[in-house]
Amino acid sequence: MRKIANIFWLGIKELRSFMHDYVLLGLVIYAFSLAVISQAQSNSQELHNASIGIVDEDHSELSHRIEHAFLPPYFQLPHQIAERDIVPLMNSGRYTFVVDIPPNFQRDVLGGRQPAIQIDVDATAMVQAGLGSGYAQQIITTEITDFLSHSEGAPLSPVNLDVRIAFNPNITTAWFTSVMGIINNVTMLAIILAGAAIIREREHGTMDHLLVMPLTPFEIAMSKVWANGLVITIAVGLSLYIVVRTFLGIPIAGSIPLFIVGVMIYLFFATAIGIFLGTVARSMPQLGLLYMLVYMPMNMLSGSNTPLESMPAWLATVMQASPSTHFVSFAQSILYRGAGIDVVWPQFAFVALIGGLFFGLAILRFRSVAAQTV
Amino acid sequence: MTGRERSVARIEDVTQRYGETVALDAVTIELPVGCMVGFIGPDGVGKSTLLSIIAGARQVQSGNVIVLNGEMKDQAHRSAICPRIAYMPQGLGKNLYPDLSVRENIEFFARLFGQSKSERNWRISELLQSTGLAPFSDRPAKKLSGGMRQKLGLCCSLIHDPDLLILDEPTTGVDPLSRRQFWELIDRMRSRRPGMSVVVATAYMEEAERFDWLAAMNAGKVLATGSPAELKASTGSATVEDAFIGLLPEQQRRGHHRLQIPPRRILDTEPVISARQLTCRFGDFTAVDRVNFTIEQGEIFGFVGSNGSGKTTTMKMLTGLLPPSEGEALLFGQPLDASDMRSRYRVGYMSQSFSLYTELTVEQNLDLHARLFHLSAQKAKARISDLIERFDLEEYLSQGTLDLPLGIRQRLSLAVAIIHEPELLILDEPTSGVDPLARDRFWELLIELSRDQEVTIFVSTHFMNEAERCDRISLMDSGRVLATDTPANLIKARGVATLEDAFISYLEEATGLRASGTKDPAPSGETPNPVRSPTPKQSLFSLQRLFAYTIRETLELLRDPIRLGFALFGTALLMLVFGFGISTDVNNLSFAVLDRDQSHESRAYLEELRGSTYFVEKAPLATYADLDKRLKSGDLKAAIEIPPGFGRDIKRGRPAWVSAWVDGAMPFRAETIRGYLQGMHQLYLTDPAVKTTMPAAAPPADIEVRFKYNQDFDSIYAMVPSSMSMLLALFPAILMALAIVREKELGSITNLYVTPVTRIEFLIGKQLPYIAVAMVNFSLMFFMALFVFEVPFKGSFPTLLLGVLIYVTTTTAYGMLISAFTRTQIAALFGTAILTVLPATQFAGLMTPVSSLSGMAQIMGRAFPMTYFVPISIGTFTKGLGFTDLSTNLAELAVFIPVLTLLSLLLLRKQER
Repeated sequence: MRKIANIFWLGIKELRSFMHDYVLLGLVIYAFSLAVISQAQSNSQELHNASIGIVDEDHSELSHRIEHAFLPPYFQLPHQIAERDIVPLMNSGRYTFVVDIPPNFQRDVLGGRQPAIQIDVDATAMVQAGLGSGYAQQIITTEITDFLSHSEGAPLSPVNLDVRIAFNPNITTAWFTSVMGIINNVTMLAIILAGAAIIREREHGTMDHLLVMPLTPFEIAMSKVWANGLVITIAVGLSLYIVVRTFLGIPIAGSIPLFIVGVMIYLFFATAIGIFLGTVARSMPQLGLLYMLVYMPMNMLSGSNTPLESMPAWLATVMQASPSTHFVSFAQSILYRGAGIDVVWPQFAFVALIGGLFFGLAILRFRSVAAQTV
Repeated sequence: MTGRERSVARIEDVTQRYGETVALDAVTIELPVGCMVGFIGPDGVGKSTLLSIIAGARQVQSGNVIVLNGEMKDQAHRSAICPRIAYMPQGLGKNLYPDLSVRENIEFFARLFGQSKSERNWRISELLQSTGLAPFSDRPAKKLSGGMRQKLGLCCSLIHDPDLLILDEPTTGVDPLSRRQFWELIDRMRSRRPGMSVVVATAYMEEAERFDWLAAMNAGKVLATGSPAELKASTGSATVEDAFIGLLPEQQRRGHHRLQIPPRRILDTEPVISARQLTCRFGDFTAVDRVNFTIEQGEIFGFVGSNGSGKTTTMKMLTGLLPPSEGEALLFGQPLDASDMRSRYRVGYMSQSFSLYTELTVEQNLDLHARLFHLSAQKAKARISDLIERFDLEEYLSQGTLDLPLGIRQRLSLAVAIIHEPELLILDEPTSGVDPLARDRFWELLIELSRDQEVTIFVSTHFMNEAERCDRISLMDSGRVLATDTPANLIKARGVATLEDAFISYLEEATGLRASGTKDPAPSGETPNPVRSPTPKQSLFSLQRLFAYTIRETLELLRDPIRLGFALFGTALLMLVFGFGISTDVNNLSFAVLDRDQSHESRAYLEELRGSTYFVEKAPLATYADLDKRLKSGDLKAAIEIPPGFGRDIKRGRPAWVSAWVDGAMPFRAETIRGYLQGMHQLYLTDPAVKTTMPAAAPPADIEVRFKYNQDFDSIYAMVPSSMSMLLALFPAILMALAIVREKELGSITNLYVTPVTRIEFLIGKQLPYIAVAMVNFSLMFFMALFVFEVPFKGSFPTLLLGVLIYVTTTTAYGMLISAFTRTQIAALFGTAILTVLPATQFAGLMTPVSSLSGMAQIMGRAFPMTYFVPISIGTFTKGLGFTDLSTNLAELAVFIPVLTLLSLLLLRKQER
């Protein structure tokens, strides 16, 4: 009972301190509103506004039809360029795609001579190049088929493929980046808030004070976990309901309460690692530098930015040990695919386990912290 | 200096405000020339503000300040006289650089004042000789004792022969022997340069006795001025301290009376604390060395010594915060056990920094501690109201503790420490910085606790008059107890007049016992008065001053292993992670099949998919529910369903249908999978090997997709150069921002305010080492790209090198700009991280070309230098480009340099506000 009372009252103190730290408060608000919105509206995951140039050496009806088929929002309106400019313009990165329609293209198509039309793709612009080349092929094929069907009519294929995208039928970037933005910020802020809370106590000398009171390191650490976790949980909830659902108008398929439970479990891990780093670092700047080295890989490789499958196998295996990977995975299951607790419970359990490990380590280090002179 | 000057500084009606606090309230004062002027008064009365205004370090808000015959608001006058002023700010060696050696510190200042090498060497050796620092010239400043650090500060101040020397609390926290030596040194310097004026602020009233002219200050006002004798005469007091109390307004003095200490009732109980051979070592440094003492119940026991003499460490061992390296401590007769909760209820502790939660109000602080000690609600209420009354806290109850005057804060801190009625109270320097009146009130409370309630009090202090109030004291120096006894006995034992003299006598004995080298050599045979170098010309720009900062910054960086390690290997580590980890190659995709036809034809169709290197097949699906569940869990990225009758339809020549479900959770991956599936489908239709269907007619046109620059379309060729760009944006910016804000936080920024160095010299001087570090980072990453990731370099290396040089100049300048808005290192760090990580990872062309972004993302991308460097990096690496191809990008990137530098310059202040 005493333990719980101590944890509760220390946590209340923590919340009051947080409310007075306007910089951190501002950071939390920014991270869950503006930062999420700017990522959601970036269209970075889909083919969007790709720059395209057209070398039209045919000047026929068909070549014009092809030119006018490249439309926003997928492509910018195509620019007419000369053949000799292809290389310099692509070198400078001005165009990601250049379509080269050879002379007599329409005549050769109608004559069944199977002329070649060329699409140059800047293969260093990975996302756009990969998606765009497929789109461009489709657009050109469709235009040619339509053009021909006027004269002879297109035959139906013997076998047809119907591809349906589950959970995000229109493949909208914002559905993905908004929620992933929130997830990345959860990791970022939980580590900063908990770590900074420890360092702040050490710098102000109040940590010594706490340690000579009848309090155990477990109680001190636990109070920071719940208080900082609560702040972020509330921020996540508000961000999901207000920013993502209302402001950005993104439908969320799954159960937000279940997701919030997952967030809480993950926060236990993230705040625990923050506390652990707070006991390792001797000053705020050191905490910051350590944080960069821990947070960046955890975030960039969690699957929230690029697909986990594309990593080398050894790295993907290593990242399976990181709770951030499981967090991203269960967040996607719950929020996009509407998965229930029956599907995600093993991941919940794993995150809690690793969280407990770091929490234990942090508590073990607590005493030695006091031994370090400031 | 000419004889015409009557005053060295004249202050007229100066008022300074910080928010709601009035630091100086319409102060008018004239400081006489050529003498030792002392400002006396407790902390926070405006002494430091006044001194920094005279030094030109702080902007004058209202009123006139005339120093050395000129208006200090005038920038031209300030830079003209700054070589004639030396300013040592408050805090032990605050304007020094702890990682630099004694000699390097002085050299840095000499360079700032434009001294030639020969002049510099001659002056430094002369100063080192006369201060007795010569044997330690290679020792880092952080390893000097407090007294030695003060002498070093003095050397740095005197390197340019100033006419006006301003010292802000130069001796606070220094042991009495070093203090005495310091003032003797000042006297010697003055006798050699009789025209020099010295302005000192001090909290030690005893010291003020030796000054020529005093100004007593309280609450932003000057109470009185005159020689010490005049002040004492006008108030009819015997000491300056009493004179100061006499000068305070009546209201503040009310209720003050000379402190009376009733004799202690000797109780025949076992000692509350006994320390036996207590020792504490940090590495090879012995902080506390075989300390022995016992403290009886109800006794006020004092630990007296300078900062760093081991007082705090000993107290930490007794509270269980630090395990002793050797020896043992008994608390209440039991061996100390850090995990024993019961003994903690019997001890109250007040740490050096007052250990209050500054964000909480007075009442919340009391309330929290009552709860943590589990006082019952009723008892807590009674106890809190009792303490509020006894400690006079009523009127502050709902105030935040941060805004409280120091004296009140200290009282609250004591109230918090005794809320659970402990039997033993451990107080670590509870009165530093508090005015004499508040100090007396505090002692009244302590005496009451000791004499009326028999609370044992263990207190540490560096004030001799406080030490005299203790029942017994231990004199401490360098981790050792020199002597323990009652103050009277100590004085008697040494046959001297005061406790201070007794302490000095013990110190001299101890230092004599230690290595004789640490003893100050008497300045032997003063060097003949040197020829004064002509006052150096004030140039607008000096490479020497710029390099002074470059050299210093480089030395500091080289000696800070954490920052250096992070700077050099942080990028390499993350490069490894990102290079392998961030990839847009979508493969290893898991799929499963729901084949409801199980015919020859369906297997032929699926064969095409199974042969693909992109896909990995998982166990087949049995039902729709199964399909649904496995897609939901993320186990499958794609599912293929072949309906019943697929083979039959094909045979009959009816159009057959195949359905595919793709996990759309990650849009980019979903798009790519759809592309793969459609491609495979096309392949199936035209595959001559597939005999089950009639091959479709040849397409009317042949669409050739040519992946330029990267034929295999392997993302590593784009990601490695891009990751390099990202890391070169992140790390140099953070390091640069930290480097500048560090000076703000540690206080050495004062050197920018009061020496001839200009802002541009300061900024560029500090930027150069970080550009160099970034270039080293680049070479490391370049070799990693070639040999670890095996990304061939196809373009022009000089172009890339030039691009990197421009780029890291801009990214360091970006950090410089951010540092202008931040005050603390942590804010600089996170500010820079947030303002760099988001644009660098999302909006600067790492994954998606900036031209394809929209809205805020596009704007953020365009305003970030990395956007213009990514084409250079990828261009030279993968596209095989040269200078002419990339000249536009280089030019756009270069534009950032003047813009960012100019903005930083405008935002950096040459004076404190």
